[in-house]
Amino acid sequence: MINIIDLHKNFGKHEVLKGINTEITKGEVFVIIGPSGSGKSTLLRCLNLIEQPTKGDILFENKSIVNGKTDINLIRQKMGMVFQQFNLFPHMTVIDNITFAPKKLLKMSKDDSNKIALKLLKRIGLESKADSYPASLSGGQKQRVAIARSLAMSPKVLLFDEPTSALDPEMVGEVLYVMKELANEGMTMVVVTHEIGFAKEVGDRVIFMDDGKIIETGTPEILFNYPNHPRTKEFLSKVL
Amino acid sequence: MKNELSLNRYLNLINKLKYYMIIIILIGIIVVILGNMDFAFLNKYYKYFIYGTINTIFLALFAVLFGVLLGIIISLMKLSSNKVMEIIGSAYIEFIRGTPILVQLYIVYYGLPKLGIQFPDIKLPLIGMIPGDFIAGILTLSINSAAYVSEIIRAGIQAVDKGQMEAARSLGLKHSTAMINIIFPQALKNILPALGNEFIVVIKESSIVSIIGIQELMYKADTVRGNTFQPFEPLIVAAIIYFILTFTLSKALGIAERRLKLSD
Ligand SMILES: Nc1ncnc2c1ncn2[C@@H]1O[C@H](COP(=O)(O)OP(=O)(O)O)[C@@H](O)[C@H]1O
Ligand SMILES: [Mg+2]
Repeated sequence: MINIIDLHKNFGKHEVLKGINTEITKGEVFVIIGPSGSGKSTLLRCLNLIEQPTKGDILFENKSIVNGKTDINLIRQKMGMVFQQFNLFPHMTVIDNITFAPKKLLKMSKDDSNKIALKLLKRIGLESKADSYPASLSGGQKQRVAIARSLAMSPKVLLFDEPTSALDPEMVGEVLYVMKELANEGMTMVVVTHEIGFAKEVGDRVIFMDDGKIIETGTPEILFNYPNHPRTKEFLSKVL
Repeated sequence: MKNELSLNRYLNLINKLKYYMIIIILIGIIVVILGNMDFAFLNKYYKYFIYGTINTIFLALFAVLFGVLLGIIISLMKLSSNKVMEIIGSAYIEFIRGTPILVQLYIVYYGLPKLGIQFPDIKLPLIGMIPGDFIAGILTLSINSAAYVSEIIRAGIQAVDKGQMEAARSLGLKHSTAMINIIFPQALKNILPALGNEFIVVIKESSIVSIIGIQELMYKADTVRGNTFQPFEPLIVAAIIYFILTFTLSKALGIAERRLKLSD
């Protein structure tokens, strides 16, 4: 579904991605782990061109999205993104957060989009919060709404950038639960996370990144239990 | 307990009024020190001050209105990804902020007519006749204010968390849609209080257009000075009126700002 070919990204002189090659197949949960500063977020943000790659190519459904010929806004509609800091729109109610993009982009009627939003809210257990403002929600609730907001566009793939890192420990579970359900329904997901338990349970493939490169790739069983590379071993010994 | 409450309320009231009180006391001291000041001229000339005050408010209102409209355009230019636009916007801001408003006033009032741009009298419904001089004054104040307003707007927009634009774009929204529907409503909370301050600044700066004969508060105070041969007292009256205008406005802004914060 997504092919990443020799992807490079520089910030000025600082080379953050040093040639990434991999692919994400339909229906898979693709987990990215690695130490802070290794380029995980940058890689994820290149996938929907929030960051413009310096070199290399990204194919989405076999079409390059980097060459400037594709309408990136259309691609982004099919690629949801969930952020560490939630980034809900604070001046809109929960339901407006969810329905804004479908109304604007899919020309959905208010009734239709509200129906979809309420269904999504029910699914994440927050129907009662439809008319609340984000400021009145807990971190875990905010992140679940952020996931619902992405889902409202019926994306083909969801990108998660450390979705639970900004949460109090007692709220991590509720967000991971929603993500697991999505995974079980066959949603294609790219997840940057430090939640090794989650990666083991629902991950199909894990890559370990360090210093802008993919050091090691494998299934969770193999990568977590029998890491090959010394740097992977060192990293895992710290987080496990 | 009950006593304590009413005492608290009393202290609160004093707290609220203390600035007014301090100022009134200060003015009182000045009056006493100077002893022989005489405000009897007000009986005859109070209408001059009322007329001048109305014109000052009118000037400031229009200057801020057009200043905001022009300021929005300049700030959009400055934030634009088009390099030429950005340079024009920046140059405008730097030039206006780097030159005295008096020079700007003379350029508009004496310079533009030389280039063939005249300031005709304009008749507006409800308001009535606006003389050409007045237009030149409003134009200068607007041009000047726009530079500051555009910086207020730019700062307000840039103060909105970067994640907001990223989240909007990641949903597939166009940059302009995100700007109008996501960023700008949030920026408004940063912009409005600062715009109120700009209004206060413009009220004060507007006194400069008395130089080209616009009959606002300062001009009227000067007229009264000439007519009464009292060089000092009319200025005190003008100062007090300016102060009441700006201080009341700044207090009202404070209240509005607190409301805005509460609604978060
Ligand atoms: N917008 C940016 N400008 C400059 N440097 C950046 C920017 N974003 C990230 N970086 C740098 O790129 C490196 C990788 O960052 P990031 O992808 O966020 O790492 P990770 O998500 O793995 O912690 C870091 O050294 C970071 O400082
Ligand atoms: Mg990161």
